[in-house]
Amino acid sequence: MAKETGIQVEGTVVEPLPNASFRVELENGHRVLAHISGKMRMNFIKILPGDKVTVELSPYDLTRGRIVYRYK
Amino acid sequence: MILLKSPQEVEKMRRAGEIVAGAHRSVREMLRPGITTAQVDRVVEEYIRGHGGTPAFKGYRGFPASVCASVNEEVVHGIPGPRVLEDGDIIGVDIGVQAGGFYSDAAQTLPLGTPSVAVARLLEVTRAALLAGIEQAKAGNRVGDVSSAIQRRVEGAGFSVVQSLVGHGIGRSMHEDPQVPNFGRPGEGPALKVGMVLAIEPMVNAGSPDIEVLDDEWTVVTRDGSLSAHFEHTVAITDEGPMILTEGSIGS
Repeated sequence: MAKETGIQVEGTVVEPLPNASFRVELENGHRVLAHISGKMRMNFIKILPGDKVTVELSPYDLTRGRIVYRYK
Repeated sequence: MILLKSPQEVEKMRRAGEIVAGAHRSVREMLRPGITTAQVDRVVEEYIRGHGGTPAFKGYRGFPASVCASVNEEVVHGIPGPRVLEDGDIIGVDIGVQAGGFYSDAAQTLPLGTPSVAVARLLEVTRAALLAGIEQAKAGNRVGDVSSAIQRRVEGAGFSVVQSLVGHGIGRSMHEDPQVPNFGRPGEGPALKVGMVLAIEPMVNAGSPDIEVLDDEWTVVTRDGSLSAHFEHTVAITDEGPMILTEGSIGS
């Protein structure tokens, strides 16, 4: 039986929350709680409201995700 | 965390894999136009229980049957029911067994009647992609070597790889780390070590790779309605290379 992996969607950062989390509004209008990925943290990539980002959503909870990319 | 299995534990998984292979053989023997997917499920469940195993899918996160029966544009996780198989259909049969505390998982896609040249090619390429992936499943490689081998074989033939469903580690549970995507780059991902057991399962669409889940919350279908094929083996990484624990599940 195949396993689902996280689906990636684009969104815009709405507001920063404590603990390097952000509210992100996705292309489809949904708002999700997303935290910054370890790789971005390691490379000191800052995320600000208004940034366009890629969010990887958990297949088990589509209201939570991980920010994996910030667009220029 | 990736769990490594001892040679004795791999042997237990191989025994579960034998039951999986036998169940697949029974399906090949009874498959013909006019039967329902529910009948396929019944044959498999009887075989598994009759050989000392437990169907792994029944009750797994609520799945209601012992096999996934996915017809034509259904990719995976089709629920067996009253659907009658017709000449020209293709059916993906996925079987999981738990025996002795360990799981094994294998799948094959079979044609009803004689397939068209295009359909036969889809099945052949998917089967070959699985074998290409298995060839890379040796210690010293990485998951990405398996994934990219599968991707290259599939895309080289003009088909597409389903991206949101992946293969997986397997052992005392059905789905373990690592994820084994069917696309990727060589040299990437977790390192493969002796004692790892992976369920490698390319899912290949004739058209676009996008998929949707139906309202039953299980059946995955291609978004563009194109055909999809699925083959899977449970493979142990040994010091002599990859060992297919579900040998015999896939006919030639």
